[in-house]
Amino acid sequence: MNMKKIEAIIRSSKFDAVKQALSEIGTDFFTFTEVKGFGQQKQDKVVYRGNVYDAGYIARMKLEIYTTDEKSAEVVQTICRSGRTGEVGDGKVIVTSIERITRIRTVEEGAAAL
Amino acid sequence: MTEALFTTNNLWMMIATVLVFIMHLGFVCLEAGFVRQKNVVNILFKNTMIVAIGILTYTLVGFNLMYPGEAFAGKLFGFAGFGISSPEGAAGLANYADGAYTYWTDFIFQAMFAATCATIVSGAVAERIKLESFLLFATIFVALCYPLVGMWKWGGGWLDSLGFYDFAGSTLVHAVGGWAALAAIIILGPRKGKYIDGKIKAIPGHNMPLAAMGVFLLWFGWFGFNGGSVLSADPGGVSLVFVTTSIAAAAGAVGAFIVSYVMFKTHDLSMVLNGVLGGLVGITAGADLMGPMDALIIGFIAGAIIPLSVVFFDRIKADDPVGATSVHLVCGVWGTLAVGLFGSMKGGTQFLNQLIGVAAVGAFVFLFSFGLLYLIKVTMGIRVTAEEEEMGLDLAEHGMKSYTEFVVN
Repeated sequence: MNMKKIEAIIRSSKFDAVKQALSEIGTDFFTFTEVKGFGQQKQDKVVYRGNVYDAGYIARMKLEIYTTDEKSAEVVQTICRSGRTGEVGDGKVIVTSIERITRIRTVEEGAAAL
Repeated sequence: MTEALFTTNNLWMMIATVLVFIMHLGFVCLEAGFVRQKNVVNILFKNTMIVAIGILTYTLVGFNLMYPGEAFAGKLFGFAGFGISSPEGAAGLANYADGAYTYWTDFIFQAMFAATCATIVSGAVAERIKLESFLLFATIFVALCYPLVGMWKWGGGWLDSLGFYDFAGSTLVHAVGGWAALAAIIILGPRKGKYIDGKIKAIPGHNMPLAAMGVFLLWFGWFGFNGGSVLSADPGGVSLVFVTTSIAAAAGAVGAFIVSYVMFKTHDLSMVLNGVLGGLVGITAGADLMGPMDALIIGFIAGAIIPLSVVFFDRIKADDPVGATSVHLVCGVWGTLAVGLFGSMKGGTQFLNQLIGVAAVGAFVFLFSFGLLYLIKVTMGIRVTAEEEEMGLDLAEHGMKSYTEFVVN
């Protein structure tokens, strides 16, 4: 059975909502980092001592979630539902297959490693 | 003069000394906040060394260059010998300054002023000056230029005879530092990436809380800077100066607030912070001469000048990361001239004397600094390489990181 890695790049302001929603479907663990990027959303214009400049990036949160094949569709839907504002710049969810996942403490593999 | 009065006077002067010393805390925070993270250690290093160098050179030559004694009254230059030593007995104590302070208090209070003048330059040249070159320049500058000029007025020299007035140093401390800063940034050139294709690029400071703390520490210290310049604990004098100083600082903030909003349509924190300092520098020449309304107007105008001045220096490509030229040079000149326009010494003759002082000090300090920096530039170099500037001076000059493991931006 294939395990999946789900990467979600979401708005920082939606982090709490997404975390809560994932918890409600039983996904209580993931890694997250603060990331920068740019895309379709217009970047903030910032002013310093009279000079306007581009902030140069848009701040986002990136979540990395490992889950079973069967659960991955539900996770994607949950993230989309809870992370959406409707404005340009809501982000993306990417699903990839992973070869192998192991719990370091017990050396369990696959779904038991979650 | 009773023992109690002498002790009180001297005690206040010593407290004022400590307050002026605190301004170095203020400079450290302000300059650190206004530079990028990759140059913070370098700024802190410079600020630390300058205090040390200022105090030591003042001990060895500065004090006696600045206060050579009665023999040199009205002159251009005087020197009372290397090193410091108190006159024996009462001559160094109760009789030294008519019961206002001891010889030692006099020395250390003045030494703190010298160090603050030297540190004005470090902000303006931040992020691109070579460390050794800066330290060499600062040493010679604070050892010679500052006391030579200071002697002209406070040491009883020719400006004093002329009738020029500078209560606590709008010219003798702030403009002196400011002229040197201007000379330095002209010779040094702007930071890489500051002026590109006719556009001015913003290079934001990395820590606004630190910068704000710095300004408040400077205001805090100014109570001693101006309050101690009364040169006694005279209740009327010191309390008046406390009032005019604070009103000017407040008005400076408001002046900068209004003008920067009109100019940029934003509420720029760095501008109001500079505005407070501009107001403080502006009142420094005449804090003991002004009434509350005078102080308000002087401070307000100083604050209003700040955004205009900052943009002006940017337009002529004189890159100043902290606004030292605007705060200390421009407002220093304004504060000095204001003595002829407001308060108990105002008048045409006085204004003229102020103008002469401003011009003479300006010419001397600018030429001295420019010449010295040019000499340093062609011998040992004055600027880090482009790679070093890109990597950041913390790594390039110190091999250190400012916030190990903790990336701010």
